[in-house]
Amino acid sequence: MAQKILAIISLWLHLTFILVSSPFLLGVIGKTKAFFAGKWGPPLFQPYYDIAKLLRKGCVYSTTTTWIFRAAPMIALAAVLVSGFLVPMGGFNAPAQFWGDVILFVYLFALARFFIILAALDTGSSFEGIGASREATFSCLSEVALFLNFTALALISKNLSITGLVGGGVSLPWQIIGPALTLVVISFFLILLCENSRIPVDDPATHLELTMIHEVMVLDHSGVDLAYILYGGAVKLFVLGSFLMAILIPFKTQNIFMDTGIFCSGMTGLAVAIGVIESVMARLRLNRVPYFLISAVIFAVFALIITLVRGGH
Amino acid sequence: MVLRKFCIRNGQSWHLNQVPLYESEIFRNEVLEECRSGSRIVNLFGTLEESGDVRMSAMTSKDDDARISLFSVKISKDSPVFKSLTPELPEVQGFEREIAEQFAVTFEGHPWFKPLRYHQNYRKVPDLWPGIQEKPIPGSYSFYRFNGEEVHEVGVGPVHAGIIEPGHFRFQCHGEEILHLEIQLGYQHRGIEKMMEEGPMERAVLLAESIAGDTVIGHVMAYCNLIESLSGCVIFPRAEALRAVALELERLSNHIGDLGALGTDIGFLPTAAYFGRLRGEFLNMLMELSGNRYGRSFCRPGGVFFDLDPKMNDDFRGRLSVAKKELKELTDLFFSKPSVLARLEGVGIVSEQTAKELGLVGPAARACGLSRDVRTDHASGIYRFRHLPVSLASMGDVFARAQIRWLEAQRSLDFLLELLDQVPKGELCTNVPSLKSDQMALAMVEGWRGEIAHVAMTDTQSKIIRYKIKDPSFHNWGGLAMAARGAQISDFPLCNKSFNLSYAGHDL
Repeated sequence: MAQKILAIISLWLHLTFILVSSPFLLGVIGKTKAFFAGKWGPPLFQPYYDIAKLLRKGCVYSTTTTWIFRAAPMIALAAVLVSGFLVPMGGFNAPAQFWGDVILFVYLFALARFFIILAALDTGSSFEGIGASREATFSCLSEVALFLNFTALALISKNLSITGLVGGGVSLPWQIIGPALTLVVISFFLILLCENSRIPVDDPATHLELTMIHEVMVLDHSGVDLAYILYGGAVKLFVLGSFLMAILIPFKTQNIFMDTGIFCSGMTGLAVAIGVIESVMARLRLNRVPYFLISAVIFAVFALIITLVRGGH
Repeated sequence: MVLRKFCIRNGQSWHLNQVPLYESEIFRNEVLEECRSGSRIVNLFGTLEESGDVRMSAMTSKDDDARISLFSVKISKDSPVFKSLTPELPEVQGFEREIAEQFAVTFEGHPWFKPLRYHQNYRKVPDLWPGIQEKPIPGSYSFYRFNGEEVHEVGVGPVHAGIIEPGHFRFQCHGEEILHLEIQLGYQHRGIEKMMEEGPMERAVLLAESIAGDTVIGHVMAYCNLIESLSGCVIFPRAEALRAVALELERLSNHIGDLGALGTDIGFLPTAAYFGRLRGEFLNMLMELSGNRYGRSFCRPGGVFFDLDPKMNDDFRGRLSVAKKELKELTDLFFSKPSVLARLEGVGIVSEQTAKELGLVGPAARACGLSRDVRTDHASGIYRFRHLPVSLASMGDVFARAQIRWLEAQRSLDFLLELLDQVPKGELCTNVPSLKSDQMALAMVEGWRGEIAHVAMTDTQSKIIRYKIKDPSFHNWGGLAMAARGAQISDFPLCNKSFNLSYAGHDL
């Protein structure tokens, strides 16, 4: 009984942590970009204000849309939140883990994407159709890279749950298999940029419908639905980011507060890194994006080869 | 009938009797022959005669020897039909559609015979496209279409996501590739040409400043030059110099603003904001010179309203030198980033041949290797004494158009620094005598987008009876459509920005 209560508490703690912290990353990215552009930029907590503002607003629905259009934002947000339960975050262990939850993790993201794509097609708008087709094309490639990374990690850690992949309670053997892990980190970072529609793959700041990927798919969403989508995007970045952190931070102090502190500063650092990348380079031409993703696949393949040659620990 | 060529120069006026009138077949042959020998169309417009007939005048320019030839032909009101020149001379397609709409003249054999601005004709006879001005435009417009299962159509506008003017773009796409783009404008038709003819001169000058919001100086300079040549007024050298200062400041602010906007479009932040700030610097100078950031109420027929005092002159020179240094640093950063070049190079190519056929003007033409610049070819005002080298590129892609902006900005800065060093002394404004009767005049100005050409005609009472405006965008929209053909649809906004054409200037 006591164990059950503890589990429920940890679940709620985890959920609150994700919900509270995730929009902060977007704020940090915004501030970093503003710094590079020589501006003050919006306040650090602007994403929170945006979401709060949208949650108070009503929704407008086109008459051509069906229930899919209304359900998609909720499904997408729920799916990424559930995927967050599988990832350890600093001092918090993952509240849910089981053998093979890697598959669930990947397909929760796929589920969210699937519904957002369906909702985009549901509007019958040519813009959103273009966006949906781009998203589907690019996610095909990023999914391959993601699985290859997981394979490499699974071979290293001899485990098939998200927690296990990143070493569970112990840290990953950087001193033995460092090169492979470095490649995994690079590849995963590229995937993270693509999955969260950041530059150089997509430009979240653009107003040009014809160049957008993710943004154009959600053009017709408004009010609460849009808030869910924005929130979902923030959570997705947070969850993928925390997985990267779990690989990158190769130690645990066993002090919850200390670990969480390190984790939070790591995540802020990640957001700053994304902001810097967005500031110093232009976006890729759309027909070059597959090359970018293929490079993520190649990094993952090399990580896999190194792992196979050196063997796990 | 003896064939004689009537040649005019920029800023000249001539008596209406001098305009040669040809038979329609001879008119066609003359214009075509002239264009085959290296001329291009500056203007082709109709005027309504007292008899009710339509007189069509063509102005062709041979840029190499600064010669503009004028031809005209009468189209009878009883059979308002003319054999189209477009199949042989594609650059007149827009002009012919304009005349068709304004005077209900049918151009036989025109391959793209569609309305331009959806207004009633000036002859008060049934329109060629009856009722089109009443229905919503995109719905009742015969867009060109591709058939095929894999072809999809994308319609953008007339309401856009950015703060830009209304226009509708209809793409026929195969996947991400654009097979064809049709640009349909006319949403901003205000009837400026008619208003210029009807209203008092005090209002006309304000209208001229509002033809295109970002080309205030260019259009108002054309208007002033025209009124001055129609009245035989010679303005003071100091006024000529100050007008050139304002014109170049306008060019600088727009060119640099466009470079910044290109940065924004490709998601390259560092230069986007700094170019924006630099643009503000030039707008501020215009503000200090004229009291308005876009230079409104600066040029008036007879001269300019405001003087550049010595203190301001020193201040301007200091700021321009700083701006020159900053521009160099910024463009070095912008044009040396591989990720930026990868986005600009080879995108939206317009070949020199296409540019010639479409009659492109301004930076868009110079980016394709066509040396066309009114400041050099048909210099007027201070440009007769101070030459600006023409900036040329050859690739005709987005990169070339960006590069032209950069080169021209540099040259304008050099020009301004030199000019401000020795601004002629003297008065600013002279009285404008009344207009001469039965005259026609042409004024061309190289605005930042390219050649602006205004033509006016007076009647026996010296009243302006026809005012024809041609904004450079009128030529160049066709260039954008061709640049987009075969490009990726995701690159279209970038192509569009590299041209940065005026909707209002086209719609008048």
